[in-house]
Amino acid sequence: MIEVKNIDKSFGNIQVLRDVSFKFERGKTNLVIGQSGSGKSVLTKCIIGLHAPENGQILYDGVDFSAMKKKEKKTIRTQIGMLFQGGALFDSLSVIENVIFPLKMFTKMSRKEMLERANFCLERVDIIDKNNLFPSEISGGMQKRVAIARAIVMKPKYLFCDEPNSGLDPLTAILIDNLIKELTEEYNMTTVVITHDMNSVLEIGENIMFIYKGNNHWVGNKHSIITTPNKEVNDFVYSSKFLKLFKEKMN
Amino acid sequence: MMLLSMFTKPEKLSVYWTRLMDEMVQLGVKSLGIVILMSAFMGAVIVIQSATAIDSAWIPDYTVGFTAKQSIILEFSPTIMSLILAGKVGSNIASELGSMRVTEQIDALEIMGINTKAYLIRPKIIAAVFIFPVVIIFSMAFGFGGGWLAAFGTGLIPEEQYLVGIQSFYDDNLWMITYALIKTTVFAFIITSVSSYHGYYTSGGALEVGRSSTNAVVYSSVLILLANLLLTQLLLI
Repeated sequence: MIEVKNIDKSFGNIQVLRDVSFKFERGKTNLVIGQSGSGKSVLTKCIIGLHAPENGQILYDGVDFSAMKKKEKKTIRTQIGMLFQGGALFDSLSVIENVIFPLKMFTKMSRKEMLERANFCLERVDIIDKNNLFPSEISGGMQKRVAIARAIVMKPKYLFCDEPNSGLDPLTAILIDNLIKELTEEYNMTTVVITHDMNSVLEIGENIMFIYKGNNHWVGNKHSIITTPNKEVNDFVYSSKFLKLFKEKMN
Repeated sequence: MMLLSMFTKPEKLSVYWTRLMDEMVQLGVKSLGIVILMSAFMGAVIVIQSATAIDSAWIPDYTVGFTAKQSIILEFSPTIMSLILAGKVGSNIASELGSMRVTEQIDALEIMGINTKAYLIRPKIIAAVFIFPVVIIFSMAFGFGGGWLAAFGTGLIPEEQYLVGIQSFYDDNLWMITYALIKTTVFAFIITSVSSYHGYYTSGGALEVGRSSTNAVVYSSVLILLANLLLTQLLLI
């Protein structure tokens, strides 16, 4: 479980996060949703240690991340898998080498064992016969899958996904969402997904935090988000014509 | 600060060794073609220009070889070639690191717990410091070769006089080559560290990557010229 307590973060005079608190539960897909510029990505970067918050605590299974020694932080980082918006695959490495990379750096596995594990992860995300291709030679959806395979290759305890569906068609987006949900249950991970895609929210939102102007404005799940009377959440949820129409029909 | 944070224990030595070898090929071996081509042509031009300028019965023919040798060893190979390498290698490093930064590849490495400066920049600096002197020795050799071809092909001076000229003052030659290699090592450090700095701290998008690449070449070139002046003062006077 990851717990954030009273996080504040500013850039110069602009305060991006204000007193944000939330519990990201293990074995569940925890969603951070909100409009662009609301502070979702900054919150994630604070949690994974790329930004240092001015105030507050980030607890990984009860242990304060900021109070950890360098070595302990390094250990935690090897337990984190991250799926970036654009995939962030290494251009100079082939698909298989991208997936093997964390194993090469942090394990004493033989080449054969590494290949077995990497191939298992690639098959798990339905990437077959693409091992020797480079990221530029595969589609955006495939890049996301390879990035997921790389994120889970070390059997992480925590998985972070930054807008996993951006740039994907609706069908591929659903496949990626379901894959994230399945893997979360399979590895019993604490998964944090940052998104503003309502399809994802309704598909995998087991535990949802809505950020509005840097505040933790609303907390719920994929069922309660449909019926909440909260105005800001409603504006966000029913911003698409399709959902607006759906709501009118339901009424 | 960037250089200081590079000096940490490598996560895995074998991976760093492979990175170092890759960088030696990328920065050094792959630059040999352009270096050899330019050195051969410049060597030839230096010989032709010297031979036409020193067209006097009072000055022996081997002076042409001697002049070519001095020009190539002292300035052309270490400094001019380093400036050319600053353009080729410097822009390559800055754009590579810059695009890795804007596509979040550096963030991905950092989240994995890897010291990105040590992993990405240190092998480049070490590789360049060791491989650039070798490249410059090739440059000198092919510069002399180009000069010899010019002497031989144009008949401006007898071939053996040219060879006497480039072999003259043997004791001085050793010091001159040492001086050239010291300069090259310093220039290699400047090119890789300055270009890495500009690439690593790129922020924004493709436009900023291009800007970092240009800045890397400009700052490296200016620093090479300053270091050249300083080292010449220190080592030759």
